[in-house]
Amino acid sequence: MLAIGLILADHRDQRLGALRSTLAVLVYPLQLLADFPIRYARQTQDRMADEGQLRNQNAELKRDNLILSARSQQLVALEAENMRLRDLLGSSFKIGERVLIAEILAVDLADSRQQILINKGTNSGVFVGQPVLDASAVMGQVIHTNPFSSTVLLITDADHALPVQVTRNGLRSIAVGSGPGRELDLLHIPKNADIRVGDLLVSSGLGGRFPPGYPVARVSAVGQVPDNPFTTVKAEPSARLDRSREVLLVWTLSPEHHQDALSRSEPAFGNPAGSRSATGPGKSAPRRGTRRE
Amino acid sequence: MSETVRRGTWAVWGSLLIALFLTILPMPAWMDDFRPPWVVLTLIFWSLTLPERVGVFSAFAAGLTLDVTTGALLGHHALGFSLVAYLAVELHQRVRTFPLWQQTLFVWLLLLAERLLYLWVLGATGQPTPSLVYWVPTFLGALLWPWVFVVLRDLARRAGAL
Repeated sequence: MLAIGLILADHRDQRLGALRSTLAVLVYPLQLLADFPIRYARQTQDRMADEGQLRNQNAELKRDNLILSARSQQLVALEAENMRLRDLLGSSFKIGERVLIAEILAVDLADSRQQILINKGTNSGVFVGQPVLDASAVMGQVIHTNPFSSTVLLITDADHALPVQVTRNGLRSIAVGSGPGRELDLLHIPKNADIRVGDLLVSSGLGGRFPPGYPVARVSAVGQVPDNPFTTVKAEPSARLDRSREVLLVWTLSPEHHQDALSRSEPAFGNPAGSRSATGPGKSAPRRGTRRE
Repeated sequence: MSETVRRGTWAVWGSLLIALFLTILPMPAWMDDFRPPWVVLTLIFWSLTLPERVGVFSAFAAGLTLDVTTGALLGHHALGFSLVAYLAVELHQRVRTFPLWQQTLFVWLLLLAERLLYLWVLGATGQPTPSLVYWVPTFLGALLWPWVFVVLRDLARRAGAL
């Protein structure tokens, strides 16, 4: 019984990571097995899709692709302009990011916490504290890793806090998860702050963990509670936390770590189906040069 | 003799693994709250029937494995499981002679104790308190006990552990 108390105390200091990851490797086959029925059902569904459906989907994807490429044409110009302006101001800016696509394993985790299990681990260069996104917004961060899988703490967990910023006016705050409610609470917003329902919150990058500028949530309720000295603000996460099947793992590449990160995460490129590089190193190299001058 | 012992051990750990598998098997969201505590039921059965082989330490190991599998705090399940196994081993001689419905009552109490400890750790580590649905699995577990008992007894006999 004493040992149990010890373990609980020890766990708060996160010193048992090695034991946890060893055990996690042992139970990984079991988790894969539990994931199997869902995966199989999905595959069967894919196989059953008829030609018309596929044709429609293809047309839709082509259209989306066209729209996105048109937007990204502008993006290059805007990015260059942004870099130039930032150079004038003398402020630093992120160099580039690399992403890797991971799949969520359909495994039921402890229901008191908001966690998901993904099928990429330290073998693919995943590290503790790594930001995780889905197609639309920030989902959470990696808290445990082992060679084959890792656990992601979602932003709605009661233990998770994320520095955010309102896009409309740059107001900063911290978004804290509320547990099972799937909502975020914004902390320390003064009574007279300019915040409205519908405001978009993006990550501010102040914590140093999440890259700045990714959408996080949309304000869903603003209210005054008499015993709260601050404004009570609730926000709805933009990420589809319970419906995504795939997630993106992000590596932020700062100039000094650029080469290092690339070489360390090399194995990730070994799997051409699962990994893609968002910003090639070639693209970011000239920018680095300009900033140093 | 040693062959039978090993076969029995396989039955114990095999059934625990299956229980673990049932615990993490994805289910529709509305059924999620009503998932019976498979691992605890299996543990209670084995510590009642084989108290000299399955006890606090096996329970601790099983709990730790469940903690890692479900991403809970390390030792979270292990604490409750050890207590349950301790009580079951301590009282096994009395409980074995009970009729099945009295056994069910006893099992329900054990399940309650396990949930209570789990809740206590939740509170102590600052997690949000779950709603009353949290207690439903204890009733389901108690209702399922007679069936679990029969199935596992059959398994134990076949494996030659009894």
